[in-house]
Amino acid sequence: MLAIIKSWRFLILRRLTQFGTILLFVGSLHGGWSWFGQPLLRGDLSASFILGTIPLADPFAVLQIFFTGHLAKVEVWIGAIIILVFYGLLGGRTWCAWVCPVNLVTDLAGWLHHHTLPKNLFSLPRNLRYLILLMALLLSAIIGLPAFEWVSPIGAMHREILFGLGLGWTGVLGIFLFDWLVVKQGWCGHLCPLGGFYSLLGRYAQLRVQFNASRCTHCGECGTVCPEPQVLNLKQLAKDNQVLSGACTNCGRCIPICPEHSLQFGWRGTQLTNTYYPPQHHLGEN
Amino acid sequence: MNSRRDFLQKTIQGAALATSGGLLWSYLVQRNAQAVPFALRPPGALPEADFNALCIKCGRCVAACPYATLQLAPVGVGAPLGTPYFQPRQVPCRLCQDIPCQRACPTGALSPQLTEITAARMGLAVIDTEHCLSWQGLRCEICYRVCPLREQAITIDARPRRLSKHAMLLPTIHSDACTGCGICEQACPAEVAAIRILPHAWVQGKIGDHYRLGWKQTDGITQTFTPALSNGENSSSAGGLDYLNDPELKY
Repeated sequence: MLAIIKSWRFLILRRLTQFGTILLFVGSLHGGWSWFGQPLLRGDLSASFILGTIPLADPFAVLQIFFTGHLAKVEVWIGAIIILVFYGLLGGRTWCAWVCPVNLVTDLAGWLHHHTLPKNLFSLPRNLRYLILLMALLLSAIIGLPAFEWVSPIGAMHREILFGLGLGWTGVLGIFLFDWLVVKQGWCGHLCPLGGFYSLLGRYAQLRVQFNASRCTHCGECGTVCPEPQVLNLKQLAKDNQVLSGACTNCGRCIPICPEHSLQFGWRGTQLTNTYYPPQHHLGEN
Repeated sequence: MNSRRDFLQKTIQGAALATSGGLLWSYLVQRNAQAVPFALRPPGALPEADFNALCIKCGRCVAACPYATLQLAPVGVGAPLGTPYFQPRQVPCRLCQDIPCQRACPTGALSPQLTEITAARMGLAVIDTEHCLSWQGLRCEICYRVCPLREQAITIDARPRRLSKHAMLLPTIHSDACTGCGICEQACPAEVAAIRILPHAWVQGKIGDHYRLGWKQTDGITQTFTPALSNGENSSSAGGLDYLNDPELKY
């Protein structure tokens, strides 16, 4: 039992942070959760306040607002910088795998895709998200409205959970069907410009999946579970000793599945040593 | 050679895809933005275009509103999805002195320059005189009595009638003081409210600068007024313009 929990530990933790975040928002809004008279987490994923003092803001949304030619209040800029630093340390797309509510839907769709219809209808380039990111900024400047925020299924789903507006689920349903039946990881892995934004940030991120080339047997288990398998290019990994691609979501799927324990979370620049993981029985097997 | 052609073709195809996708995308966004006309915004909201650009849709104004006046717009109410609005017939704005919704706004879509709630201009009350009870000759004037800016935003004019009937007491709105809070709209006893809050742009006309209301001293047109000439000279030195009123002039 303990072994099962251990092998699913990152999935369990991810679901806990995802649902926990939503719960904090819902509790603060509808349940009046507060501490010292201040709501715990007031707002939504676009912009919020922790305990009425620390602002948080979606840096991509603030950037789009900036591109519309409007200087928002200092508060959201501070909030955006806090978020940038936070995910700059913890790996940009950590947001995608550990917080984003749409990840719940796309993970389910990806699982269904794997177990029911594992063929893609067509292929999309993974870099498409950067084009869409660029278009979101360009369109914001041209039409004077934050282009992605106005169509974002992430915001729509999140606001749907918090406020119940109706029709917000249609985009989410579309993503679910697309990811399940058309292209594997179609939304998160190819289209989402917010994911693209955090991918760019993730290039400088400090929390990385470390790789121990001397242990790896090239079995390929990690690649089958990874939502962005191109980041697990073993040649590149052997050279860098870690996953350096910003597209890595730090979801931690690859870590427990590796039979040789050659993958571990660690800080950028540090090295996995053979003694990092309790090695006794492995050395014994060898 | 072949790869260069390939590259060019791919580039052109990609550009075409991006352009058509972008057109579709901006069409969707702009159509959503134009669905707006009847939406009443929280106090301090910037003009609609600026408000739409700045609103990050966080819902903090909604959470801050102590009367549950504000809502994030669902589909089909005329306001862009997820932006705050209110329906005064259901819950009007109670004009909180400390303006909690505006202070909660992180982006400034609800302008921080609004410091006095009575300076808010969320909309303008408009009376449908054909269905207003007071305008039919009944005693009502409820809108007048509930108005938080009574005698400024709304006044009662008495219109005498023939001897056997009491005078009509007619409510009149004054746009220089009406905040558009909608307390009158909620209170109106008519089956469908005969006084309603509408966005200023939809109900307010404009006289035009070339009309002079001569009896209003404030606009500067008095007996001694002399318009400046286009060459910058004062017309009094030009002569001839005002000769009918000047007995001293000899031509």
